[in-house]
Amino acid sequence: MSGGFADTLISLVTQVLHLALILALAPVLTGCVRWLKARLMGRRGPHPLQPWRDLLKLLRKRPVLAENASAISRAAPYVALAAAVLAAALVPSFARGMVLAPFADLLLIAGLLALSRFAMALAGMDVGTAFGGIGATREMTFAALAEPVLVLAALIFAILAGTTNLDVIIGIFQEGALGLRVSLGFAAVALLAVAVAENARIPVDNPATHLELTMVHEAMILEASGRHLALWDFQASLRLTLWLALLAAVFLPFGMAAPGAGPIAWVIGLLVFIAKMAALAFALAVFESAIAKMRVFRVPEFLGAALLLGLLGAVFLFVSTGLS
Amino acid sequence: MMPLPWIMVFFPWAGALLLLALPRLRAAAAMNIGCAAISFLLAIALFTVPHGEQGWTRIDALNLPFLLLASFVALTTSIFSAATLAAEGFDHWRIRAYHGAFQVFLGAQYLALLSDNLGVLWVAIEIATLASVLMVAVHRTPAAMEAAWKFFMLCGFGIALALFGTILLYSAAQALLDAESGLSWAALRRVAARCDADTLNLAFVFLLVGYGTKAGLVPLHSWLPDAHAEGPIAISAVLSGLLLNAAMLAILRAKAIVGAHPDTLAVGPFLMALGLASVLLASLALWRRRDARRFFGWSSIEHMGIAAFAFGVGGPAATLAGLLHMIGHSLVKSAIFFGIGRAVQQKGSQKLAGISGLVASDPWLGWGLALAIGAIAGLPPFLLFASEYGVLNAAMAAQPWLSVALALGLVLAMTALIHTLQALCFGSATPDLALAGHGLAVLLPLWLHLAVALLLGLAMPALFSSFLKAAAGMIG
Amino acid sequence: MSFGQLPYDLAHLLGGAVLLLSFVLLYQRRISAVINAFATQGALLALAAAWQGYVQGATGLYVTAAIAFGAKAVLIPYALHRLVRRFNLQRGVDPALGIGASMIAGVALAGFALLVVLPATAGQRALAREDLALALSVVLLGGLMMITRRNLISQVIGLLSLENGLILAAVGVAGMPLVMELSTAALVLMLAVIAGVFALQMGESFQSLDTESLDTHRGEGE
Repeated sequence: MSGGFADTLISLVTQVLHLALILALAPVLTGCVRWLKARLMGRRGPHPLQPWRDLLKLLRKRPVLAENASAISRAAPYVALAAAVLAAALVPSFARGMVLAPFADLLLIAGLLALSRFAMALAGMDVGTAFGGIGATREMTFAALAEPVLVLAALIFAILAGTTNLDVIIGIFQEGALGLRVSLGFAAVALLAVAVAENARIPVDNPATHLELTMVHEAMILEASGRHLALWDFQASLRLTLWLALLAAVFLPFGMAAPGAGPIAWVIGLLVFIAKMAALAFALAVFESAIAKMRVFRVPEFLGAALLLGLLGAVFLFVSTGLS
Repeated sequence: MMPLPWIMVFFPWAGALLLLALPRLRAAAAMNIGCAAISFLLAIALFTVPHGEQGWTRIDALNLPFLLLASFVALTTSIFSAATLAAEGFDHWRIRAYHGAFQVFLGAQYLALLSDNLGVLWVAIEIATLASVLMVAVHRTPAAMEAAWKFFMLCGFGIALALFGTILLYSAAQALLDAESGLSWAALRRVAARCDADTLNLAFVFLLVGYGTKAGLVPLHSWLPDAHAEGPIAISAVLSGLLLNAAMLAILRAKAIVGAHPDTLAVGPFLMALGLASVLLASLALWRRRDARRFFGWSSIEHMGIAAFAFGVGGPAATLAGLLHMIGHSLVKSAIFFGIGRAVQQKGSQKLAGISGLVASDPWLGWGLALAIGAIAGLPPFLLFASEYGVLNAAMAAQPWLSVALALGLVLAMTALIHTLQALCFGSATPDLALAGHGLAVLLPLWLHLAVALLLGLAMPALFSSFLKAAAGMIG
Repeated sequence: MSFGQLPYDLAHLLGGAVLLLSFVLLYQRRISAVINAFATQGALLALAAAWQGYVQGATGLYVTAAIAFGAKAVLIPYALHRLVRRFNLQRGVDPALGIGASMIAGVALAGFALLVVLPATAGQRALAREDLALALSVVLLGGLMMITRRNLISQVIGLLSLENGLILAAVGVAGMPLVMELSTAALVLMLAVIAGVFALQMGESFQSLDTESLDTHRGEGE
């Protein structure tokens, strides 16, 4: 019994550490990407901790709501953030075997992300401004293509690993018994495309612009201010961190501490995790600096290609495992 | 000393090098005839070589008759070409390119017929494609360019599929072959019975569609009428007389390998389906053509379809009929193109509507063309009558229902051809252009081909028929 | 060899990457982007050939790889870029079938290739089978590109990428004889195609090939 208790305690500690790490890291990651992009473009750029400073400043301010804003405008930021935090709690960072691991189902994560997106779209439409509406409709159009990609990727992992539980999948990938698979390669490319779209990055959306005709994400939260804006921004940072952590955990699973491992393994896992995130952030910054934003009408094509790629990966796997 | 079959291949290529250096029309044309004549003699000499492989070539009962036929058609075509080329008004670059490409094409054709190695066969057909594209495009009018482009693209696609089929074939037999035998047809055929049946099937489908493109079988046939309508008219004669046969023989080689395995799907249905589709589509298309050369291009599709159908029916009798049909078609179709070439020059139009009353304006040409069109329509007593009768006879026994469809296509095509025959050769004569030369160099090949087709139709030489019977037995 | 072994996995992954680039080719709208994607595909093909040469211990494949790299990744893209710039060809690919629709068709063709090749080659080693399936997909996608693009350069690139698929198939079959010779012969064909495009542009200036425009030349527009 005591062994079981100790295990539970360890997994609880892992979970708490993980959540603290992710919550603390998220705005820093956003700041890092901004800073890197600025450096790549030859500017000095804001300090990587700037998003934290903005958040703390905004959190102290009272939100100003439109006259016709309903309860939705008030509740949406909290719902979105709660969903994002829960999703972030499920995606392992430096160690596996967290207390919530049994619930860390890829489909659940997809659902939570959808929920937070839904809240955001509602908030965008609530006040009835044109931009909010445009942003919301565009977001939902993109989501209709992006979500199935995640589900298809989950399908591919499920065929390979026999489960949609993220913790187990990562464990199996970590052993390396499956080797390199073409389907996994396709899934990786598809997920990268979706990650770019989900986090409103170039080329799908530009996180730094308020140009009316092109913005998607920013259009929805144009009305938000004060505390609410802080929550939205924090939620966006969390999503970015979550996606990068997900990609790192599934496709670069090495270095992660095994369930029940001690603090030394955690420290190693933490260092490796930070290195992976830094590498991904750098890759993202380079990618965003190198290419131009695409036209909004091109985005469904882009995401449709990602969807087809995921489909191809699934078909490939399905046929080749079915016949061998 | 090189083996004789190798000389057969390399001699035209050496001739091509010389011809590339000859800027003058008369000298080049004479040289071209000389090369073709020596090739013809070489082809006759090949009958003395014992059957079997010599490295990457082989001599057997299947390719010898076709080799003789190819070099014969090449010789007569080069005579025809010499007589009509002056009217094309080529500059010296085009004269070089045209004659060089002609001999390269012939060498590649001989190589395709002779090769034992399937890789070499593929390369030969590729070279033939390149050379014939060059000849089709030589006029450089927009129409010629588009026809050449279409030819290039479709055949590029087709031979790519054929290469994929070849790779599949090798991958099926890989474990059973030793290192040297490689892609040898003979070796593949020996081990085919122990290969994986499904892979062989798949390989055959690719080879059929791939080489079928070059043979002008539906659905990848659409380059053929365009290519036949452009370039100097001698090209149409060698395209129909040589290229289609070489591609069809490649299919037959593939069929012989795949057929050697007892458990493969019968390859017949594939061939019959493509063949029947070709016959039916062409027999309908023949009614709508207005361009004379395009019309006879479609007729080539029809005849390749008949041959493919015959090979699909299978068995010695049908296969023999199919082989005879290919031979007859080569002879008569090139004869038709000779006649049409002369008629086009005489009437100054390539449209069917622009050519009429040839018998009245030039009896030798008119009657020759009339007989040739009658022969291609399958009227007795020419070889094509005998072969079509043989095909139908064998098909009736094996596939009664399909042979009804085939007969329907044949009748439709025959009526279209007779209709055109009347319009071209009889009726009131359209005005003639004054032509230089008496046309003997055109009429001689035309009548010669007709005479050979008649001879083969009435009384096939025993040697020739024994070869074809052995070949039919070989392919099955 | 089977899954989980490096020689297999890497060969497989490179094959998959070549196929991925085929999809990228279908997806691009601008000619220069198509040419760049083709160059990348050529480089990947060279890598795949070199890797197979290493795995099979076949020195000849290194030559194939070197030729593929030199021609497909450097020379031909350079020539095509020059062609586009020099003759100021239209910059769009002018699809006859929408990008989205051709992507869907592409996935369908890839699935078709899998369904055709995998059952039919059940007797063979897994590596050869899946490699053949990937290669056939590349071949079919190249064909699709030839069919669905009106632009001259896109059609040429379709044919070229189709030929990449053939080489991928040829290097994947262990011990295939004449690979070098066949790939070189195929390359000659491709170079001739490009030379043909040059010649076309020198003489006439039609930039897109549409079957409809053929009808007028045929003189039987019905």
